[in-house]
Amino acid sequence: MGLLFLLAALDGLAYAAQVFLVAVGLTLVFGVLKILNVAHGSLFAIGAYLASTLVGLVGVPWLSLLALAMAALAVGVVLGPVIERGLLARIYEKEHVLQLLVTFALLMILEDVQKLVWGVQPLFEDAPVRLLGQVEVGGIVYTVYQLLLLPGVALLVLVVLAWFLRRTLLGRTIVAVTHDREAAEAIGIDSRRVYLLTFTIGAALAAMGGALAAPTTSLVPGIGVQTIVLSFAVVATAGLGRIEGAAATALLIGLGRSFAVYFTPELEVVVPYLLMVAVLLVRPAGLFGSTELRRV
Amino acid sequence: MSGALLEARGLALAFGGVRAADGVDLEVAPGEILAIIGPNGAGKTTFLNMVTGYLRPQAGSIRFAGREIAGLPPRRIVRLGIARSFQIPQLFAEHRVIENVALHLAARDGFWAPFRPLLSPARRSEALAILDDLELAPLAEARADTLDEGARKLVDIAMALALRPRLLLMDEPTSGVAASEKHAIMDRLVAALRRASVTAVFVEHDMEVVARHADRVAVWSQGRIRAEGPPEAVLADPLVRREVIGVEGAPC
Amino acid sequence: MRRLLPVAAAVGLLLLLAGLQPWLRFVLTIALSTGLAVLGIAMLLRAGQVSFGHALYVAAGAYAVAFARPHTGEGLLLLLLAGLVATGLGLLVGLFVTRYRDIFFGMLNLAFSMVGWSLLEKLYGLTRGTDGIRVARPTLLGFALEGAAWEWALFSAALAAALLAGALVASYLRSPAGEALGAIKTRETRLEFAGISARRVLLQAYVVSATLAGLGGAIGALATLHVTPLLAYWTHSGELVFVAILGGTGNVLGPFLGAVVFELVRVHAAAAFPDAWQMILGLVLLAIVLAAARGLVGLLDDLAVRLGWRG
Repeated sequence: MGLLFLLAALDGLAYAAQVFLVAVGLTLVFGVLKILNVAHGSLFAIGAYLASTLVGLVGVPWLSLLALAMAALAVGVVLGPVIERGLLARIYEKEHVLQLLVTFALLMILEDVQKLVWGVQPLFEDAPVRLLGQVEVGGIVYTVYQLLLLPGVALLVLVVLAWFLRRTLLGRTIVAVTHDREAAEAIGIDSRRVYLLTFTIGAALAAMGGALAAPTTSLVPGIGVQTIVLSFAVVATAGLGRIEGAAATALLIGLGRSFAVYFTPELEVVVPYLLMVAVLLVRPAGLFGSTELRRV
Repeated sequence: MSGALLEARGLALAFGGVRAADGVDLEVAPGEILAIIGPNGAGKTTFLNMVTGYLRPQAGSIRFAGREIAGLPPRRIVRLGIARSFQIPQLFAEHRVIENVALHLAARDGFWAPFRPLLSPARRSEALAILDDLELAPLAEARADTLDEGARKLVDIAMALALRPRLLLMDEPTSGVAASEKHAIMDRLVAALRRASVTAVFVEHDMEVVARHADRVAVWSQGRIRAEGPPEAVLADPLVRREVIGVEGAPC
Repeated sequence: MRRLLPVAAAVGLLLLLAGLQPWLRFVLTIALSTGLAVLGIAMLLRAGQVSFGHALYVAAGAYAVAFARPHTGEGLLLLLLAGLVATGLGLLVGLFVTRYRDIFFGMLNLAFSMVGWSLLEKLYGLTRGTDGIRVARPTLLGFALEGAAWEWALFSAALAAALLAGALVASYLRSPAGEALGAIKTRETRLEFAGISARRVLLQAYVVSATLAGLGGAIGALATLHVTPLLAYWTHSGELVFVAILGGTGNVLGPFLGAVVFELVRVHAAAAFPDAWQMILGLVLLAIVLAAARGLVGLLDDLAVRLGWRG
């Protein structure tokens, strides 16, 4: 029982790390662009598939970690600007329903792009996990990759992102646009560049989540949608646009899910959403969201 | 106890450090038309927002027809008979003018009847009568998002009137209306209010409109009422002239 | 009378097509069932809200038929039951999701549908997982029908359901609560200041939309005689939204017109491009939305104006 408990906690931590990377990108992009990218999960999926392919291509185990990073970067730098400039830039001033429809259409498109490129057979490539080996924790043999690398990267991203947004000029520029775009433009900030940069960072984070998740799971069609739905649950539970909140909530939901896997397996998929619904019933704006003064 | 329709006592509300209401006491008698004047930021709209339930006062009481309403949600307050119009018109932009009014008529009864059309013959003629009162009948079939600012303002008031309120609160009813039309429109509006014996409170910046159409004036400044009384007396008060009218520039 | 003319023309055309080819009877029955679900989506779109999860209610209706079939042999009773189940589920979920708008409304619906899909897949003992459940052909009004007679009967039932639903929804949309849907889109707070609960307006439409989707799902289940978890999958929800936009939301004919065109094209296209079908839908959806087009109904309307049939 104790071992099972520990195993669930470790799994939950690793899972939370990977969910956080996707969710933080989603919430960052929403905070700045005010658009929820329904296709964000597809960037996760494409990052994961590309990472698996690259790891297989390089063949050399000690290069496989680099291959993961390259995959994330490539998706961010190529797809990010293409989507932001080509599609989103046309709809910033449009109605919300239209923005949702456009990114949903993008999800439909990317889902098939992924199938056309990588097929529908499960893909599994765990060279990076094998490279780092295993370690014993409290009587459980666990992979270093999941124990240290995933949580480590997530923590690093959280710290770097917080530092970047609060302490650097560029980061503070992004925050300024988030708070009041018109005022930011009035003092000479080019909001177009800020949008492009933010979306690229968000896309890269999603792809990084995918690249890091790839060695721990088999890739199948549909992971993109499952990812967007789950990371939306995280972001909604935290409160849209809250970065530290997304980290805490990812942990809550990651642990909730992995405990469900071990103790009530049939409820595994339901637990994250039960948590979300429970939180939203009590706090409609999320755990860390601000409640507004107005009452209608 | 008084015969007041609306009675506010000690209303207080602060946003951060700004005291938008700092002990507001006000009575409105049945049938009277009260104007609220004062510089921007004095808390005039905040008062309307508290009475209509949009904001919850941090202290004090609001009694309407003897009943405490402070803190009730807007929907309940509307049903008790308090309607409002807005400084920036709040219209259903993709509906026609007559539909905007008819939705408010339906809000009183028959709203949930699933198979009776919004524009039933009875409701249509009632809506047209209200529009006609404000000389808006020619615009009845126009879509709300095609109107100019002055017309939008009046449609906004027509919507509030369609609720057949006992008390109507109006936030700057004539701002945005062309100067040449202000008095004519106010004449019709006040006549309509008196005919239906609706009590009214309106926020106004135009002192001529106040002098001509209000029964009584309350002067707001820094979240408090500084003076109140008949327009001719209040508007002649040197302190009011300096603090309120002076700040706003000469009456136009 | 002018309103009834397009309806009469559409019914005539459907009957003609259904008589032409047996396989068309099946496809059109499916199209009508899709149209019912899309009609509900179109109601929500009037309020500016898009649900990416309505396949959940289609699946609820379909599985209600599959679960109830061993206990009753009468098809109309099955349809009724399916409608009730979807309505109940819609009310339950609706009480929660109608607290939200826009992004939250769309995504929460997606989340609920994905939970439903997972449960249908995982609870193998109950649902037989991805294999799905076969449905034995029921009677209709007590008649045990076979072959063409069954196809015609089910097609007629679907057509009758579509006509009835279309008429009721059209009337509802002209009622105050129906017109208020558009007010939610443009100025929801003003509804509250009129003493009307915007949430109740949306909830009412949401529950109706769930009923329609459930009914559509039940008719679909009777046509295919097989239900699988894919009915609740997000791609199916996406197709419903796609058809709503394709048909146009300005008119209750739009969803059915969109559904007929969609299902007819799918018969050929989905077989020819099995791995690119979603991509094609996505591209067409982008084109329609970005061009701010009013769908097929808008297209017909423009054509009618150009030909001088309508001023």
